Amino acid sequence: MGRSQVVPRGGGDEGFGADADDTGCTILHVDMDAFYCSVEVRRRPELRGRPLIVGGAGPRGVVSSASYEAREFGVRSAMPGARARALCPQAVFLPPDFDAYTEASRAVMEIFRDVTPLVEPLSLDEAFLDVAGAVRLLGRPAAIAAAIRRRVREEQRLVCSVGVAPTKFMAKLGSTRAKPDGLVVIPAARVLEYLHPLPVGALWGVGERTEEQLHRMGLRTVRDVAEAPPGLLRRAVGEAATAHLGALARGHDPRRVEPVQAEKSIGAETTFDTDVADPDTIRRTLLGLSGKTAGRLRRAGQAGRTVSLKVRLADFRTLSRSRTLGGPTDVSREIFETAWALFEALAPGDRIRLLGVRMEGLSVAGTTPKQLSLGESEVGWREAELAADAAAARFGAGAVRPASLLNQERRPAAGPPSRIDHADPA
Amino acid sequence: MKFRVERDALADAVAWTAKSLPSRPSVPVLAGVMLRVSDGRLQVSGFDYEVSSQVGVDVQADADGAALVSGRLLAEITKSLRALPVELAAVGSHVELTCGSARFTLPTMPVEDYPTLPDMPATAGTVEAGPFAAAVAQVALAAGRDDTLPVLTGVRLELEGKTLTMLATDRYRLAIRELEWRPEGGEVSAAALVPARTLNDTAKALGPLGGSVTVALSRGGVGEGMIGFSAGARRTTSRLLDGEFPKVRALLPDTHNAQARVPVSALAEVVKRVALVAERATPVRLSFGEDGLVVEAGGTEDARASEAMDCEYTGEPMTIAFNHQYLLDGLAALDGPVAVLSFTEPKKPAIIAPAGEDGQITSSYRYLIMPVRIGG
Repeated sequence: MGRSQVVPRGGGDEGFGADADDTGCTILHVDMDAFYCSVEVRRRPELRGRPLIVGGAGPRGVVSSASYEAREFGVRSAMPGARARALCPQAVFLPPDFDAYTEASRAVMEIFRDVTPLVEPLSLDEAFLDVAGAVRLLGRPAAIAAAIRRRVREEQRLVCSVGVAPTKFMAKLGSTRAKPDGLVVIPAARVLEYLHPLPVGALWGVGERTEEQLHRMGLRTVRDVAEAPPGLLRRAVGEAATAHLGALARGHDPRRVEPVQAEKSIGAETTFDTDVADPDTIRRTLLGLSGKTAGRLRRAGQAGRTVSLKVRLADFRTLSRSRTLGGPTDVSREIFETAWALFEALAPGDRIRLLGVRMEGLSVAGTTPKQLSLGESEVGWREAELAADAAAARFGAGAVRPASLLNQERRPAAGPPSRIDHADPA
Repeated sequence: MKFRVERDALADAVAWTAKSLPSRPSVPVLAGVMLRVSDGRLQVSGFDYEVSSQVGVDVQADADGAALVSGRLLAEITKSLRALPVELAAVGSHVELTCGSARFTLPTMPVEDYPTLPDMPATAGTVEAGPFAAAVAQVALAAGRDDTLPVLTGVRLELEGKTLTMLATDRYRLAIRELEWRPEGGEVSAAALVPARTLNDTAKALGPLGGSVTVALSRGGVGEGMIGFSAGARRTTSRLLDGEFPKVRALLPDTHNAQARVPVSALAEVVKRVALVAERATPVRLSFGEDGLVVEAGGTEDARASEAMDCEYTGEPMTIAFNHQYLLDGLAALDGPVAVLSFTEPKKPAIIAPAGEDGQITSSYRYLIMPVRIGG
């Protein structure tokens, strides 16, 4: 988060709303609003509307998160607890519960990974997404951003802000401007118009010291940096930072979204509302998870060789089993059959709290050689599932699914939304 | 029981019997070989309820009787003895074996606990031992080794008139060979699915003996679900595998669009060399064209290799990829100096047939190999 205070927030979005031209704006920065506080409010609704501070208790405590109500009193993250108490004595102080935040973060990141495998989490509450590959299936970037915001709200009862832009840097600036609970699109053609009036402190990598040095040279806005002669910049910030700041100030940011771990495995898991023992429910759940995993593999253009099953029992014991297939697959049928066989062999004999299916040993699907077998039908499950993908792209996720999953509640689609919620209060 | 016998005769007999003994027997007696002497003849037998083997040896018998001793131990002992006459005698609950100045005392197991060996089924016909063994070796290599698909671990024997056909497939390749044989009493029409390992072991042991092998197949009544092979003083029986063998014959393409003729040994050498860079799941790619054949392996980022060789080729240029081990297995099984490879297209099965130096196909052996699909 750091120096996001220097970026103007909210208000006056002159044409940077959800309906701006998002062509080529394939990077999303999603930032959860007052994340820890929101997770606390979610489970303790009586706290809603009250100034709330997570952390900061005890003589040396530091504020981890402050609700917007507390921020009105000037409370900020990383502020000493004593100062926060002085500013806002009526606030509710809560000790941080990182297990709860981690769990909520995982659920939110899962939603992101439904959209694209290229998710780069920066911390528990923010992530970059590259949606270039999802545009054909799910619609324009702004529509995807709106759908993510809606799913996070509907499924997790949490609020996030999203910046949509051509680069990571601009996307992050966008989400900061969008806060709280907003969506900002920075069209590729208007990057400089957006960027140049900002103070130099908004540039990534410019901390207080660098800012001071730039100010001494008379460089106060990003435009000043962009137009400064290289020699001047070099004297202010040194050789290495010159190229970096110069590029950023001109709107260039070559950093790619680097999915952490996404290349190692792709999977899905679910925690039951109440612990489950019924084999039918388990089978159906594994079928659903296998379908999700396969869909994510196909969207990422990957195929996996090893199916791994994760089972967490009611007493929190976690068991996992894996089996390596003859060749890589992205077919949910094959994943499910193996996952189910693993489950049957495991026979946990206890109530189950969580199930997960994961594919490891990934390789690029198209280039993976496949040993053909005699009499194998040339049109098989894979083709059927590709057809289902195409249907999902047009009619929303879950448009076509296994019959045994039909009676389950249809999840809100991450697909093209029927309405775009740019009417959200900013 | 007491007898004298030449070391070689005894060692061969025990080795033949002991090979089918289970390594982890369900009951201890099944780890034994039965030695039974009567009328100047020793019968050595082994049985594991699936496969039985028996062989007769002429001996100098001093006393009739029977003893059951550990097969594996006796096989190792007899193999290592000096080439001198061996004397074997049952003494109380032991067997004493002496050969020259070497002396072994082996514990015995109760003879009465040993199961009765199944009778040989009725004779179906006979086949030349040498060609039979060669054909079995050519076919059995294509059988599956995955016990979760038991049907594919067998070799299908089809007895039809004067033709004995054998086929096996593990889904990725298919080997088929026809052989002339002499059916007993005219018309025979039968099929059996024999465990490939047993058939291969049996044929390998019977082949070098020359002469002919009698095939015995139960057709209803006694010995249902059983096949027997015998040659000379040796016989073996095996339970047949249950289940329907897939109708693979229809999958053999009867036409081709392209055909290549290559010296078997040269191609095998090139494939072996190039395959050094092919990892487990990556194939070798064969590109056929007017200028001959190029064999390649390896990916864009991994180690790569390629080698060109002469090849007589008719058809449109084509690149087809195979698991290199499957290809080498097929080449090694060919009974001719030249391989004739027939293709229809890169995702359809290829067929390899043996030919003479003149390029004329020499035997009924066909090795079908499914390609590896590359690049989507």
